Amino acid sequence: MIRPFFLILCFQLAGEVIARGSGLPLPGPVLGMALLAASFLAWPALFARLRDTANGLLAHLPLLFVPAGVGYIQYLDLLRTDGWRIMLVLVASTALAIAACALTFQWLLRLTRTEEDTSA
Amino acid sequence: MITDIWSYLTEGSLVWLAMTVGAYVGAERLWQLSGRKAWGNPIMVAILTVSGTLLITGTSYQTYFEGAQFVHFLLGPATVCLAVPLYTNLGNLRKTALPLLVALVVGALVAMLSALLLAKWLGLEGELLISLAPKSVTAPVAIGISERIGGLPTLTAAMVLITGVIGALIVTPLLNAIGVRDWRARGFSAGVAAHGIGTARAFQVHRTAGAFAGIGMALNALLTSVLAPYVLALIQ
Repeated sequence: MIRPFFLILCFQLAGEVIARGSGLPLPGPVLGMALLAASFLAWPALFARLRDTANGLLAHLPLLFVPAGVGYIQYLDLLRTDGWRIMLVLVASTALAIAACALTFQWLLRLTRTEEDTSA
Repeated sequence: MITDIWSYLTEGSLVWLAMTVGAYVGAERLWQLSGRKAWGNPIMVAILTVSGTLLITGTSYQTYFEGAQFVHFLLGPATVCLAVPLYTNLGNLRKTALPLLVALVVGALVAMLSALLLAKWLGLEGELLISLAPKSVTAPVAIGISERIGGLPTLTAAMVLITGVIGALIVTPLLNAIGVRDWRARGFSAGVAAHGIGTARAFQVHRTAGAFAGIGMALNALLTSVLAPYVLALIQ
């Protein structure tokens, strides 16, 4: 378990180094993800070594957002005065973005006659 | 005596770390007992439990974060791990490249334009308005975008997280209502509009949806970074 975790940290570190060095507008971990996926293509054995640890960490992904999520309490004053407007904007805009994105995706799947994936 | 122990504990990291994990474990248990209903999303329940406790005990976010940072840190390695579902879906990704890229552009533009136009119409302006623009993008990138276009980075971080929770709550009923059943389209839209929290939600529902959500999150981080200054110039 500790070796796979070390490898994952190395990819994150490589991602950070490239992000800082290149000035790309992406966070280190996202570049680390791309690097790791590319490495899986080059060395499929690496995938077998990391799969279980990665899935284990991803199984608890929601937990990892709790500390940052609690940060809204720093803006309670602002939320008290402008909160209903902000919430209206966020709810409406998020709903519109999800609907527009998903409907476009589905429409183009049908247009390009790609088989839909609705398996259980 | 008890207050002594309490004040000793609350100054250290352990109690807030334990509370974060405990609130999540409890919230997930409740969620399972409720039949995994969308409105019982464990992220939201855990955030409300922890923030309520902080407000009642008069604990600052900074004090809390000193303990919670150990959980927060794992977000980085977890993001790297998204390479696993990405790799297992490479064939699926190739097959849907065109719908995916067009849906990305549509989703990113609608997320920014609808937020800015609606906020302006409701009378929100200045730094608050600007801080809303990158709300659908994963927090570390959104903070960078906000700095560059003249928003308040910490306010943007709060908007990003609230957006994620809203997305996680509405994505399932919304997509059921408008009849989108394809897991790739469902997951991808959750990742584009509601970043990592949408991705976490997608993984709760279906593996393929989770994989496509992770891809949507990564691609939208890149696209919104490029587009945000132009979209903002268009609005102002």
